[in-house]
Amino acid sequence: MFGLNFSFLGKYWFYYADGLKVTLELAFWTLILATVVGVAMGMIRVQNYKIISPIIDGWINFIRGVPVMVQIFIVYYGVATSLPQFWAAVVSLTVNSSVYIAEHTRAGMQAVNKGQMEAARCIGMSKLQANWFIIIPQAIKNILPSLCNEFILLIKETSIVSVIALHELTYTSNSVRANTFLAFEPLIVTAIIYFIITYMLKKLIGILERRLHAHD
Amino acid sequence: MTDGKEVIIQVKQLKKNSGSLEVLKGVDMEIDRGEVVVVIGPSGSGKSTFLRCLNLLEIPTDGDILFHGQSILRKDMKLDKYREKFGMVFQLFNLFENLSVLDNVTVGPRRVKKVPKDQAEKRAMELLKQVGLEDKADVYPSQLSGGQKQRVAIARTLAMDPEVILFDEATSALDPEMVGEVLQIMRQLAEQGMTMVVVTHEMGFAREVGDRVVFMDGGYVVEEGKPKDVITNPKHQRTKDFLSKML
Repeated sequence: MFGLNFSFLGKYWFYYADGLKVTLELAFWTLILATVVGVAMGMIRVQNYKIISPIIDGWINFIRGVPVMVQIFIVYYGVATSLPQFWAAVVSLTVNSSVYIAEHTRAGMQAVNKGQMEAARCIGMSKLQANWFIIIPQAIKNILPSLCNEFILLIKETSIVSVIALHELTYTSNSVRANTFLAFEPLIVTAIIYFIITYMLKKLIGILERRLHAHD
Repeated sequence: MTDGKEVIIQVKQLKKNSGSLEVLKGVDMEIDRGEVVVVIGPSGSGKSTFLRCLNLLEIPTDGDILFHGQSILRKDMKLDKYREKFGMVFQLFNLFENLSVLDNVTVGPRRVKKVPKDQAEKRAMELLKQVGLEDKADVYPSQLSGGQKQRVAIARTLAMDPEVILFDEATSALDPEMVGEVLQIMRQLAEQGMTMVVVTHEMGFAREVGDRVVFMDGGYVVEEGKPKDVITNPKHQRTKDFLSKML
């Protein structure tokens, strides 16, 4: 069809399998770490603490203003030179992704009606209790759609760590291109694999969202 | 109540600035146990701010509030403990949207007072019965009407066994046909001897249920006294003007 030739897959499929495995591991660890770090930063940021909130604010603005690829080079060649490739990649992707998650968290917390906090304080809850039992459960619902978006971006961004020669999906598919002298077909396979992962993730979060909104 | 008067709240020269605006310009008031004080006045008169200062949702700029003779503005005051004793019913209900009706009522006793779950739920069901909503225990707030939400909010407040309940225009956001069901419950509470401070535009309620009516305007208490005096025979011109628009 269209003169495309996919017969290379018979010989090279395991390149994709190996690359996919690394991509998934990378995405898994980054997703967990970035969520924990990002949500924590967003929650501290929203409390308007005197010293730490402005520091976090500055950090978020700085990271948002620097391209991911530059961040990866800085972490890999400069900051965490003793880390293995894989963890250097996880650290830089976490740094980048967590600031966006922090902003989504802040927006989600601020979107919860102020009256909810007042009512909680009025029945004698401390600020911590009010946040834990009342505000955060409602904020999660607000955050989930943008978090889903961020996760999909994150999975796609893992492709960028091929620049530090980590053998993830994009890197291995380039190897296939080099070995087969096929310029185009291996990339189509790569694109389809990325699409399938992100689409499945979107579906999964969609189910979770519907459950959370069951009461509305 | 004539002899055994017990003052539980004393407000002295209470002032509150919001930015450059002086909302309260020196309010004095005493509230006795079991008394129903109805605060009326035009919007912007400071009556909601006054109420919110009583349970320290707003921190007063100057003056003092004594609760059982003790200042609540002193530095070592345990605010959470104090707020427990003050119920507040809001204009917009503010039910916890992530919790069922039953959980809305039990979350305070369970998390703040550490009452065991079954005990808290038993009490909550009694309170829901009192406000006529025992069949809505498992429903979420978004499925209730305004009047039902406000009745749950009252049950939630009662679950904490407060000494005083503050009502901040509790019926202002309700459709007219639902105002009655909420006022009815407030009337019951008054009959049971609950101390209440009620900010409202319901003059009928003020006249029938109030022990005392306070008219506020421009950040001051202009006039106060028995409902029949203040509402039927107001002394001050501002009170007269306000009431002529209301009635």
